[in-house]
Amino acid sequence: MWRQALWDEPLIFEINKTGSSRQGIMIPKEDIEDDVSIPDSLRRKEIDLPELTENEVVRHFVRLSQMNYGVDTGMMPLGSCTMKYNPKSEELAQTITEDYHPLQDESTVQGTLEMVYETQEWLKEVTGMDECSLQVPAGSAGELAGVIMMRKYHLGKMSHKDEMLVADTAHGTNPASASMGGYKVVYIKSNEEGLVDVDLLRSTVSERTAGFMLTNPNTLGLFEENIAEISKVIHEKGGLLYYDGANLNGILGIVRPGDMGFDVVHLNLHKTFGVPHGGGGPGAGALCAKGEMARYLPYPIVKKADGKFTLYKPERSIGKISSFNGNIGNVARAYVYILGLGKEGISEIARLSTLATNYLIYKLKDSNLELRSPDRPRKHEVVFSAKRIYDETGVSALDIAKGLLDEGFYAPTIYFPPIVEEALMIEPTETESIETLDMFANALLKIIENAYKNPDRLRQSPSNTAVSRLDQTKANHPSTVTPSYKVEKLRLLLKNDLILK
Amino acid sequence: MTHPWLPNLSSKEDILKAMGKTENDLFSDVPKELMIKGELSLPHARSEYEVKMRLRELKDKNVELKYPPFLGGGVCPHYVPEAVKFIIGRSEFYTSYTPYQPEISQGILQALYEYQSLMAEILDMEVVNSSMYDWGSSLAEAVLMAFRINGRKKVIIPELINPLHEEVLRTWTEPRGIQLVKVRPNEEGTLDLDDLSRKLNGEVSSIYVEQPNFYGILEDNLETVVDLARKLKVVTIMGVNPLSLSLIKPPGEYGVDIAVGDGQELGIPLNYGGPYMGIMAVRWDARLVRQMPGRIVGKTKDENGRQGYTLILQTREQFARREKATSNITTNEALMAIANAVYISLLGKNGFKELGEEIYKRSHYAMRKIVKELGYSRKFQGDFFEEFEINLKNYDKVHNALLRHGIHGGLKLSDTSSLLCVTEVHSKKAIDEMVSVMKEVM
Repeated sequence: MWRQALWDEPLIFEINKTGSSRQGIMIPKEDIEDDVSIPDSLRRKEIDLPELTENEVVRHFVRLSQMNYGVDTGMMPLGSCTMKYNPKSEELAQTITEDYHPLQDESTVQGTLEMVYETQEWLKEVTGMDECSLQVPAGSAGELAGVIMMRKYHLGKMSHKDEMLVADTAHGTNPASASMGGYKVVYIKSNEEGLVDVDLLRSTVSERTAGFMLTNPNTLGLFEENIAEISKVIHEKGGLLYYDGANLNGILGIVRPGDMGFDVVHLNLHKTFGVPHGGGGPGAGALCAKGEMARYLPYPIVKKADGKFTLYKPERSIGKISSFNGNIGNVARAYVYILGLGKEGISEIARLSTLATNYLIYKLKDSNLELRSPDRPRKHEVVFSAKRIYDETGVSALDIAKGLLDEGFYAPTIYFPPIVEEALMIEPTETESIETLDMFANALLKIIENAYKNPDRLRQSPSNTAVSRLDQTKANHPSTVTPSYKVEKLRLLLKNDLILK
Repeated sequence: MTHPWLPNLSSKEDILKAMGKTENDLFSDVPKELMIKGELSLPHARSEYEVKMRLRELKDKNVELKYPPFLGGGVCPHYVPEAVKFIIGRSEFYTSYTPYQPEISQGILQALYEYQSLMAEILDMEVVNSSMYDWGSSLAEAVLMAFRINGRKKVIIPELINPLHEEVLRTWTEPRGIQLVKVRPNEEGTLDLDDLSRKLNGEVSSIYVEQPNFYGILEDNLETVVDLARKLKVVTIMGVNPLSLSLIKPPGEYGVDIAVGDGQELGIPLNYGGPYMGIMAVRWDARLVRQMPGRIVGKTKDENGRQGYTLILQTREQFARREKATSNITTNEALMAIANAVYISLLGKNGFKELGEEIYKRSHYAMRKIVKELGYSRKFQGDFFEEFEINLKNYDKVHNALLRHGIHGGLKLSDTSSLLCVTEVHSKKAIDEMVSVMKEVM
């Protein structure tokens, strides 16, 4: 049986109990005359930092790592997160990024620039767009940049557009980015099948519509088959079509956003292109555009001229979205990923990720999990509703998720998209073997069976993880919320009289 | 056909057969006319060895410098200890996701809580989030926070702000109608307080100061700035190089509302532009904490009374609040936050200070040597940390001569001005050699 490690690991501040002086790094010292010093008015007082040797620090963090779970540990079926295996060869790429300063003379980094250039070219090819900028550090940053590009484009045309359309199945980042870009968000409700309601879209689009932010396949894992019509409806009113690339894994190698009529596309290199998620980041993004929109991309973009690679700024660039060249360390990992798969492998990604999703649906077809439009094939992900199970047993999507943790799997994304009640959003990816998919499906079936047999036990899960369910009230209440050791110390000093107000 | 990363490639037909489907069935909803026809124009798949050779080929096209570049401008070359690389390479961290399921993710949650706590000590502020992208985007988010708090649109920034940060700030805030007003520097290169008081009024949303500023110069009158701002209910934002806080007063001591910065200098390689590590912190004030973007880890207990950690105050975030969220940020730089936590823990109380002093000393040694031996001058006279500007007669001539010797000099500010960065990776020998090459071309 699977059990996660549990260490009673103290806070890093509480390991050295003697107060003795220890240090984990030796600082290089130069023998140079020392008659300079910070003026007293600026000098700081002592800082409360740990005092530990290297081995103590390493053991502490290794123990913490043992109380964590990654794709290398097991399957992480997180919907819309594309938790695929991250090939180890990606680490080789650091040799051409790690020690290079982003402001270094271009003549000294021709090899690194060539890698960025090739990655841009390949991403243009797989998306069907005219130009790509790798300056965006993540997907949301790409969305924000995309929205700002759309805004600048419309302003340049002197057209007053203040509304951004967003599907009700969209990732939360879409409306958040649109709103940061200064737009009023208008939701387009899905139809019965879970697709964009084209008639509703047609009646909502107006001269005020700046654009429509869409992901295809959508977050239900369904391909928006009316995409050509959607594109026509938006463009006829002078609007632009934005592609949220979070779900690209479901169509990679089958159909391209550029061919579907999208004007601006962001990609998440940490999802579709195998860059490790790092516990929430860093990722890397790409923002690609077609036609006139390419002139608005954030800079720098790498250009090739006379056999030399240079950084350039498109004519009407919106500027910079992050301070330097983008997360190039991770772009290099995506470069290795694409090179390792090649055209042969890339064209199999959607085929295999879609196969895995539909295989799970097939395995779970007789369970009490419900599916909207059950006859439609899913792409990279599937969203089941556990509503019937909840109604019949009181076991919720959350309980099922926690039950999966006890079986040694990570949980799916839950309660998303909000249009599905008791949602379990599962994305298996192409890197889980048939054996693992079977084990996962069987674990889920066993949990559902237990929901009917012993619901109370499931509501108390997980118990094989390092800790059991956490007290969220204590975690968030103004009189107990504790975001740092500094606050812990203050609480002690003020005898718990420290309220966040 | 097989591929090392695709386990089902060779059993595709069997799986389809078991399901009673064909591959075409799975894509029956994709209009035929939109599908990719023919081959994508991509390279053929390469083996790991071939990939490695390709990377070596690319590396050979880069210039191997004799010493780390004397380049800063917001990120600086530093030594990253193997222990830091080892820890962030642990695949339980490296290949994990945002800890939405806290029971199985205590490791990364505690590590991020420790990052927040260590950074809270360095900044002397109570609430630090678990990371933003980088300094520029943290600054942009801080300005947007202030705008949400007081609804005012004018923002005061120093003329000597890092221009890269300024550009990011402009890109992010222009759609909201934010207007930037600049305060000029005095002869020292610090904020001209007269100019500041003239520009500071009740219409100002926030004031941003950078410590040290783009020229590496240390602002020495921030108490007055904070005082002036507070009287007009202007939100104070301080951008800091956290490494300089080993020696100088932290933002918390001035009582600023929001601190931003970049953790790159604490255990993160240069990465030719990223990943870096956006720092964002606020005072213990609900008004500020509720408007803060990004993820925050908090301490709590589990059902059995055992200590545990979880993401807190999530109602601020995009997945819960959509268009009303404090920000769209989702993916952050969590692993880099762990790099910071490991590095700061290794340095500890004494190492942190020693490192700061060594950098301060070496950068002053370099500056004095250049001024004394070459007769070059500085535009501003204020004290500095790590980076300093020098006025040389011909930047390009000096830069190219240095490059011929395998040395990368400072950042070009103008035809006659260079911004140099000196840290613990620049030995006395390297500094001396740079100065002697500069001398040759004088």
